[in-house]
Amino acid sequence: MYNHKKIIIGLMVFVLLISAPFLLNIGKAGESPELSLDTMVINQMDDKHCVEAVDFMRTDHPRLLSDWRDSAVREGRNIYVSTSGETFAMNLENSCLRCHSNREQFCDACHNYTGVQPYCWDCHDAGKGAVKK
Amino acid sequence: MNRRDFLKMMAALGLSGVAIYEGVNSYGVQAAETGKNTSARHWGMVIDVSKFQTAADYQRVAAACHAYHNVPEIDDSKQEVKWIWEDDFEHTFAELGSRYLSEEIKVQDFPVLCNHCENPPCVRVCPTKATFKRADGIVAMDYHRCIGCRFCMAACPFGARSFNFVDPRLYLKEVNPDVPTRTKGVVEKCSFCMERLDKGLQPLCVEASRGGIVFGDLEDPDSAVRKILGENFAIRRKVELGTGPSIYYVFGGGSAGA
Repeated sequence: MYNHKKIIIGLMVFVLLISAPFLLNIGKAGESPELSLDTMVINQMDDKHCVEAVDFMRTDHPRLLSDWRDSAVREGRNIYVSTSGETFAMNLENSCLRCHSNREQFCDACHNYTGVQPYCWDCHDAGKGAVKK
Repeated sequence: MNRRDFLKMMAALGLSGVAIYEGVNSYGVQAAETGKNTSARHWGMVIDVSKFQTAADYQRVAAACHAYHNVPEIDDSKQEVKWIWEDDFEHTFAELGSRYLSEEIKVQDFPVLCNHCENPPCVRVCPTKATFKRADGIVAMDYHRCIGCRFCMAACPFGARSFNFVDPRLYLKEVNPDVPTRTKGVVEKCSFCMERLDKGLQPLCVEASRGGIVFGDLEDPDSAVRKILGENFAIRRKVELGTGPSIYYVFGGGSAGA
């Protein structure tokens, strides 16, 4: 093999470089976000529960909201019947953000941790801090 | 197994596969019909022009609509956003080609808005189906899907659509928290207040017009709009284009008025 020394050293440097992010972060797991449920509306609820079970909401709320959107906007059906039989208006402002009014401590905490940037707030929840001028 | 049997078997397998996939994939979102919004078959409007005499009459209606729907107030006519506004006779009814207009008609302005056409060209050209026609005749927008291509603006013969060239929130003095704003890069227009209709309320312009605008089901012969149309001479804008506008203009003076 020609130039085998240079090639092997080059390969080692390459492997080191691409594994650097992993090597540098060994043992430093990012702190998982803490979600706050401390809002006025939630505190006033006797039976604190969301539209669906917490585990379901944690994993599937994007899909639920997407289904709500299609159902309410396109099909004109805007009443959601949960698995427990309770009914909710399919409305982000009134059914979701009325309770979860602490965007920084609830929504953003997890979205920032997972590095997702949903564009819901470009239009929705316009009441708070929307007017920039 | 001959070829024919093999094809039949594959078709059966494929179909059952689809059925199983659909069964697994639906995780049980059930939505109940609200009913209210589907009760009408063709929402329409009659505008009595005689009730719009002063600038204040238009402004009151437009202000009520724009404030509720978070429509921004942008002074630049190339960037402005409007859901309901006024225009003169020549521009509103250009196709009538009236040459010698009376002074009265020359100065008269007409309230104009999305005509919620029966055969809407904006819906036909939309590449993402962001704009669509509901069963009750309303031409609606799904802003989530709009990619801002503006084909609909080119297709609409009434100029009823506005594009958000800038973030509309910068131009809102006050925000109605019950209604989402739009975002930069989407087209918007009058929604016939469909979220109010779903609650059993009338559109806001109707309420603010003090009787100048009447709203109802054009398919229902007993509705208020049909009664007025049955007793008055009414015109629609640009009917020769075949879009079937749902907004009728009457000029007052009839026994029922509008």
